[in-house]
Amino acid sequence: MTPSTLHDVRFIEPEKTRNYLNEDYGVFSWLLTKDHKRIGILYLLSVTLLFFVGGFFAFMLRLELLTPEGDLLTSDTYNKFFTLHGIVMIFFFLIPAIPAALGNFILPLMLGAKDLAFPKINLLSWYIYMTGAIFGIYVIVTGGVDTGWTFYTPFSTQYSNTHVFATTLGAFITGFSSILTGLNFIVTIHRMRAPGLTWFRLPLFVWSMYATSLVMLLATPVLAITLFLLMLERTLGVGIFDPALGGDPVLYQHLFWFYSHPAVYIMILPAMAVISECVAAFTRKKIFGYKFVAFASLAIAFLGFLVWAHHMFVAGISVYSAMIFSFLTMLVAVPSAIKVFNWTATMYRASVSWQTPMLYVMGFIGLFTIGGVTGLFLGAMGVDVHVHDSYFVVAHFHYIMVGGTVMGYLAGIHYWWPKITGRMYPEWWARLSALLIFVGFNLTFFPQFLVGYVGMPRRYHAYAPEFQVLNVLSTAGATVLAAGYILPMFYLFWSLWYGRKAGSNPWGAVGLEWATSSPPPKENFHVTPVVTWDAYDYPAFLKAMRETQNV
Amino acid sequence: MSERQGVEMQNAECKMQKEILHSASPDVAGPFLHFAFCICFSAAGAEMTAIEPTHEDHHAPHPFLQHHFEDLGQQHEASTLGMWMFLATEILFFGGVLCAYFVYRGMYHDAWKAGSHHQNWMIGTGNTAVLIGSSLTMALAVWAAQLGRRKLTVIMLTLTLILGSVFLGVKMYEYSEHIHEGLFPGKHFTFVEHNNPALTPGVQLYMTFYFALTGLHALHMVIGAGLLIWMIWRAWAGHFGPEYYGPVEVMGLYWHFVDIVWIFLFPLLYLV
Repeated sequence: MTPSTLHDVRFIEPEKTRNYLNEDYGVFSWLLTKDHKRIGILYLLSVTLLFFVGGFFAFMLRLELLTPEGDLLTSDTYNKFFTLHGIVMIFFFLIPAIPAALGNFILPLMLGAKDLAFPKINLLSWYIYMTGAIFGIYVIVTGGVDTGWTFYTPFSTQYSNTHVFATTLGAFITGFSSILTGLNFIVTIHRMRAPGLTWFRLPLFVWSMYATSLVMLLATPVLAITLFLLMLERTLGVGIFDPALGGDPVLYQHLFWFYSHPAVYIMILPAMAVISECVAAFTRKKIFGYKFVAFASLAIAFLGFLVWAHHMFVAGISVYSAMIFSFLTMLVAVPSAIKVFNWTATMYRASVSWQTPMLYVMGFIGLFTIGGVTGLFLGAMGVDVHVHDSYFVVAHFHYIMVGGTVMGYLAGIHYWWPKITGRMYPEWWARLSALLIFVGFNLTFFPQFLVGYVGMPRRYHAYAPEFQVLNVLSTAGATVLAAGYILPMFYLFWSLWYGRKAGSNPWGAVGLEWATSSPPPKENFHVTPVVTWDAYDYPAFLKAMRETQNV
Repeated sequence: MSERQGVEMQNAECKMQKEILHSASPDVAGPFLHFAFCICFSAAGAEMTAIEPTHEDHHAPHPFLQHHFEDLGQQHEASTLGMWMFLATEILFFGGVLCAYFVYRGMYHDAWKAGSHHQNWMIGTGNTAVLIGSSLTMALAVWAAQLGRRKLTVIMLTLTLILGSVFLGVKMYEYSEHIHEGLFPGKHFTFVEHNNPALTPGVQLYMTFYFALTGLHALHMVIGAGLLIWMIWRAWAGHFGPEYYGPVEVMGLYWHFVDIVWIFLFPLLYLV
């Protein structure tokens, strides 16, 4: 029997000598490329660089907090360091990390498309990102900025004598890069799907990216205009947000969080996208409740727009509006929990393969759950007033952003590494680093819940001596975490030359990205695939696999 | 394996074979042209290529069909959807600053009234008419491009450009008047017309929003004018016709949007 046509597009595995990496050579073939895969790599390199820049600041903060006195950094330097840590990590790492690096690479492959809808705009968005990043680097080398990543007025407009203008301009510029990425993804998902790839046959990665892109498209412009007004105020000395001149600083907070809370979902939804793919691939099952997971992404994106004022419970907003925002905040837990339960249900009675991506997935599910549940504590007004601006908040959002997004990012890097490079990473080292990251992460941030709950405020370089034990634990954890992050730098680079050749589908996963060779050819598919199966159709796939092996 | 699946598979196989036959990749532009144009921002997603339109070979891909699209229809739909999405972003962009406008309008109602009464509504009305006229010529340009009437397209686009420039010129005149009167927000702000000095901070806020809103609008007009010049050049070169007019249509969407923004700004800043 010949292999069935239903599945043979997944089995096409001819030896390819040409791929997107060796199609052209030279610096300009990269800097002027319009290939979504190369642009994805450009993003991958730039966000990784900035991750370590942000990580450096984080590590310095942890070192300073080893002792209760301010002995390593002055208070001014400490202010600058936590500000730069936040700005670099949020605007230049977390927001572009998964969508712009992995999403750029994988999304068109998953859709069976040759490229994103607007390749030139895709390249442009990388240049915009780099322009913003250059402003960020400029600020770092010329003396920093000390407003906190939130740029609260009137401190940022009237009093701070650091580089507020250049920083906000950098964030403003970078925003357009994520708007253009979101726009590109939405149009691509609507218009570039392969024949037969209906909406409900799409991998959940695509649904989640779609939701992310909507948030990018609709929230980011509000940040842009807010930072524009801030820059205007700082330059002209007018009082848009300055109470002395008739302005309202709380309005700034409203406008800022109208973007910056949805931005949290720009960070977490793509991580959820990766998790869905990995759970299906390593359990060899359909995702339980596919449609619920798909719509949960959209629900998170939608509800994410309605909860911003929960950052402002102590900023003097009316208690009635606070009650409504508190209630809406609780609602976000529903779609988030749907996702967590459905991933867990998918794993139930499956034979799970414990490869590295799956280890990160397990880390993600556990840590995201803790981060999410503590988010509910903070969404409840009474608790929020108690722990507001304490290390409890710091621990909560690091559980989401580091425990969630970074875990998802690393899961994705390992899962698609064979597709991106054509080589396998060394499994043993990767598992070691996943373990280090999990242990180091918990050791770093769990003590912060405790120390925050008993009253240690965030953003101070010195603290009361009774908090020292927990802070030392936290710093020790940060050291382990740093080792866990540096390790992949070595073994991933090593694998580029010495890794085992991966072949087109090393995981035996379904999904169009595994139907093409690794690394993929420049045009992605030699033949446009025609899709006649549902997403994650592992039962049919495994059956067909057995049949072909019996031939 | 069911009967239906088998049929589906056969169809899929036929389709794939067809794809193989037609998969000669039309990547015609040489690497140097790629270098020259690839950072050139094109809202329409159109790529300039080295070859001229040809009607002799019916199997040759259209010269403006980009390699990653199946056909011109897909390309057209993608570029119009892309512009609609961009406009959605723009609505939120202007929406943010309008939101702040409304908050302060509520807080400083009298100052807002004094500020907007100070504007010359006659000039504003005239300028609004000019801009609506430019929307008409823009719509006619899209229509002409669809019909493949090259000269008419060029004329209509040029008229749009002229009307847009008139609008910007009048805006410049208004700005210079305001600055002469000391109404530019900042240290030297003065507002002498009203007898109540308590209104001055509010009027300054009003003028800040006036300059921010109209300035952002004018910036969009300037970008639009640049795009128009490019479109005029492309129309002159005969790029557009019944099967390919996407860039003009997308340009039109943008232009109408910028007009509609003004339709909101005009009453908010001059009349109420």
